[in-house]
Amino acid sequence: MSKGIFNLKTFGLAAAILIALAFLPPVLPRFYVYILAVIFVTALLAMSLNMVVGHGGLFQFHHGAFYGVGAYTAGLMMTKTSLPGWMGLVAGPFAAALVGLLIGIFCIRLTRLYFGMLQISLGSLIWAIAFRWYSFTGGDDGIHGIPLPSLISSPIGAYYFCLILLAICLFVLYFIFKSPFGATLQAIRDNPERCEAIGINVRRHQLIAIVIATFFAGIAGVLFVVVEGSVFPDLLFWVFSLEVFIMCLLGGWFTFAGPIFGAAIMVSLRTFVGAYTEYWTLILGIMLIFLIFFLPEGVWGYLLEKMGNQKQNLHKETK
Amino acid sequence: MLRVEGLHKSFDDFKAVSDVHLTVEAGQMVAVIGPNGAGKTTLFNLITGQLKPDMGRIIFNDEEIDRLPPYEICRRGIARSFQIANIFPRLTVFRNVQVSVLSQQRKSTRLFRPARKMAVEETRSILEKVGLSDKADTLAGSLAHGDQRTLEIAIALGNNPQLLVLDEPTAGMSAEETGTTMTLIRRLADEQGLTILFCEHDMEVVFKAAQSIMVMHQGVTILQAGPEVVHNSRQVQECYLGGA
Repeated sequence: MSKGIFNLKTFGLAAAILIALAFLPPVLPRFYVYILAVIFVTALLAMSLNMVVGHGGLFQFHHGAFYGVGAYTAGLMMTKTSLPGWMGLVAGPFAAALVGLLIGIFCIRLTRLYFGMLQISLGSLIWAIAFRWYSFTGGDDGIHGIPLPSLISSPIGAYYFCLILLAICLFVLYFIFKSPFGATLQAIRDNPERCEAIGINVRRHQLIAIVIATFFAGIAGVLFVVVEGSVFPDLLFWVFSLEVFIMCLLGGWFTFAGPIFGAAIMVSLRTFVGAYTEYWTLILGIMLIFLIFFLPEGVWGYLLEKMGNQKQNLHKETK
Repeated sequence: MLRVEGLHKSFDDFKAVSDVHLTVEAGQMVAVIGPNGAGKTTLFNLITGQLKPDMGRIIFNDEEIDRLPPYEICRRGIARSFQIANIFPRLTVFRNVQVSVLSQQRKSTRLFRPARKMAVEETRSILEKVGLSDKADTLAGSLAHGDQRTLEIAIALGNNPQLLVLDEPTAGMSAEETGTTMTLIRRLADEQGLTILFCEHDMEVVFKAAQSIMVMHQGVTILQAGPEVVHNSRQVQECYLGGA
């Protein structure tokens, strides 16, 4: 408890990885640069979800909706208006947070699974709009060839843009994780009833968490546009939200950095196993079974435990 | 300080609490006793807002609090512990108490300052007071049962309350742990001038500690009086012997 907010070892490790990633593009084939950028985007999305799921204990089942809103806002502003492209990138996260707030106000009245069910329904409404409104959103075709600002329109430019934003976002998320707000959020996850009894307005706290998380999901959505140059309704489909949820479980949802690993595993599986067979989810299913039996704390959670690091507040079984 | 008047609460057709009266004066240690199912826990849940009464009034420091949500009641100065250890199992012991202190200082929603620098002194001194200092970095979920119950009280103290409501603070404890806990509670009352309302099964404990005892039976207040009066009351003996 008395140690600094940034454990020197973790901080050094994170810095080393970031620097290594910064030097990769010139030596790596283009395809791998692209895959890494996709992992950055997905990792940020999973991190934002984990803030409410792993640290907040909310059943945020349709996080993809907010990711999609961020992406579509950016995509639509860059194709349908003559405003500078940067404005679309800035507007995306705010639009996502606004939708997060509106949906959150309704969902927060329900608890646990009911919260998740209502969120899936409301989020699916947004999906339906994106999927059906051909004249505006392009329907199931989506929007392609979105003109990006020249600085980030090349794959290398997109890579660095995503890396820098991911680094900044991780820093901010870590700060929130360690703040009184983050501590209280984790207490709410552990025991909402007790939190009410020590003077915490649980619903308001959860709503703030949702708005923050959806804001970061919006950033991830914007980065998706930067990497792919297109948007399509699949981003908002609830099945994709489930995938992101699994990333959190896979990596370790009670840890801070776990979802990054979960995202890397999922994206790699989809890309590399998916190249051989369309049944790559079969492999994922088998991995999940092993996870439940052998690594209930997730991959990163397991590693942390092995390293004897208790700082991440790992849950220990008490028998 | 606290006045409960004609309180009623039913669950479907079952009257858990019907016509309960209770007075707690500042600085007093008041016990609620009664056989199993007398409605003691329901009464406490009504006072601290976990449940809403069907009828009756709860007045704390001249303010009616029976319609307020639990967190508002807590902010007015009533903190509580629960019958079953109700802690934050995945957080450290220190964090458990710190979260409560941060809430009391209205800092729970601060986003951009590290929590480790905040409310540290207050949290340390509470842990010291209850004797959990050496376990500060342990995960609360891995504490022994007795320690979890003590932590429960420490969390309540984090709110710096005027009135501390303890729902069977020694439930499931060994005789030795019961002794330590009651000594702790009495010390808190003496040293900090805390007003304490508690319920308890162990009659010996109750008659030794409480200055005023309220007896409940089947959801109804039988009487509230000093220990001697209660001890000698025929009415009370009857209800405990099943004669009522």
